[in-house]
Amino acid sequence: MAIRRLLTRSLNRSAALTAAVILLLIALVACGGETSDSRDADAITVSDQWVKAADSGMTAAFATLHNSSDRDIRIVSAHTAAARTTEMHEVVDNGTGGTTMRQKDGGFVIPAKGSVNLTPGSEHFMLMELPKPITTGQNVAFTIRFEDGSTVGFQALARDFDGNQENYAPDGEHEGMGK
Amino acid sequence: MTPPLVSRRAVLVGGAGLAGLGIGAATVGLTREPDVAPGSGTLPFYGARQSGITTPPTAHAQYIGLDLVDPADVPTLQGVLNLWTQDAARLTQAQPSLSDTEPELATLAGNLTATVGVGDRIFRAPALTRLRPSWLQPLPSFSIDRLDPRWGQTDLLLSLASDDPVVLAHATRMLTASVRRSVRVRWVQRGFRNSPGMTTGTMRNLFGQVDGTVQPASDTYDNLLWDDGAEQSWMADGTSLVLRRISMNMDTWEAIDRRGRELSMGRTLDTGAPLTGTDEFDDPVFSATRGGIPVIPASSHIARAHRRHDREQFLRRAYNYDDPPEPGSADTSNSGLLFAAYQRNPVTQYVPVQQRLADHDDLNTWTTPIGSAVYAMLPGATESRPLGASLFDAAGRGSGGAPQK
Repeated sequence: MAIRRLLTRSLNRSAALTAAVILLLIALVACGGETSDSRDADAITVSDQWVKAADSGMTAAFATLHNSSDRDIRIVSAHTAAARTTEMHEVVDNGTGGTTMRQKDGGFVIPAKGSVNLTPGSEHFMLMELPKPITTGQNVAFTIRFEDGSTVGFQALARDFDGNQENYAPDGEHEGMGK
Repeated sequence: MTPPLVSRRAVLVGGAGLAGLGIGAATVGLTREPDVAPGSGTLPFYGARQSGITTPPTAHAQYIGLDLVDPADVPTLQGVLNLWTQDAARLTQAQPSLSDTEPELATLAGNLTATVGVGDRIFRAPALTRLRPSWLQPLPSFSIDRLDPRWGQTDLLLSLASDDPVVLAHATRMLTASVRRSVRVRWVQRGFRNSPGMTTGTMRNLFGQVDGTVQPASDTYDNLLWDDGAEQSWMADGTSLVLRRISMNMDTWEAIDRRGRELSMGRTLDTGAPLTGTDEFDDPVFSATRGGIPVIPASSHIARAHRRHDREQFLRRAYNYDDPPEPGSADTSNSGLLFAAYQRNPVTQYVPVQQRLADHDDLNTWTTPIGSAVYAMLPGATESRPLGASLFDAAGRGSGGAPQK
């Protein structure tokens, strides 16, 4: 699958990048230079995060991601122990008056000095194959990984919410009837 | 009566802003300055003590009684309180909740407060049993009670108040929808006072009486109102609420003349002054007689309700209700009072007074308690300590992590 290949590629690339960044950091520290924001994770703040409570199957998580650096920053993966797989999804018009969810090519990019708002009916983290229910008010821990291999962790409370029900169509094989 | 009178009147006359008085002087029943722009006022959510108890009463109130789907599920109880903290901290400051589907309804708060209490049943969970305050139990049954279980005790109380009914409806929706898999709304009791700016001073009930004149002085709150943690350390800075739904029979009240009404209350209807005085806040003189007959009848409401000991005091924060008549009822109206009494210990402070009124009170002819519930009102929340944190700490559960703003 193209996306998986892409993901693997970017992970390999990020491993190399990490090594480069570490070397750079050592160099900067040695020179007493400015090191803040040098890692992607240092430039990202997560706020207003929450996750939809669910008994089984799939659910979604939302947040506002802000990038304080002057470069675009890409999220390459997201992880939570509350789901077997966590993907980054977008919601698009399906051409028949409804909407469809699909995996976002290359992951979310948080623009330089800007924000991405992950909201119901728009971009969101998709939690697939829940091993057990996510219950009202449960605190769910997430880790998001950036292109340079650095990570940010956050916790989100689970809320009872029935929105974000657009049909999920991997590879576009299902036609969604958006709500 | 001890003298909050001076400061109260100074405020009424001088028009000093509440802010200048400090928290301790924010007396219930006190008139407050109108908001600079209508609806723009906000009251703090975070603090050692919850807002909505001694903060000035708003025009509208909504008491929501909820039951946990599984009352023994302590983690979910904690989750519900974490979510309410997260949502109330935003809604009270005129910010939409995180999953707000109607954020346009959250742009003004109209002095919204959200105040949370817990009922006795949650303490049947083994982890919480030893943490139940000894006074958190049903009130003794009183001979005057005609309690309808539909207004009875619930596991949780969410007490919302705002100057605006649309704000209140939206806040109610947000706070109940985000927890709806785990709690069930059992009842909603809606109450009101005059709209902001309509009147000054103590409220009037629908019998036309000035209602809530006698209040503990604000400098006694630390002793009479707020829990000091002596019995249950987790309750420090919490308090208790007795919520009584008191039906007032407008049809039979209408049948007595003005003099009879004043004698049954012991106060005049125009100013609310005791029959022995000229001003609302004059101390009643129960020993005064005219032609050998007590001026204030010993059977009147204020004579019976008057405290016999210093501890027999509590904070009254009543709202009127005026619901549609019950189908098939011969009564023209279905009106009354949502009587909220806050005190450190209801058994020693509230019950003796209520028992005297049940034994005899001339007003009982026209009033009937039809709902009753008792709650432990939680200590306040802070950004790092959600509602209930001290309870769950005491139960060895930790506070479950700080809620994100």
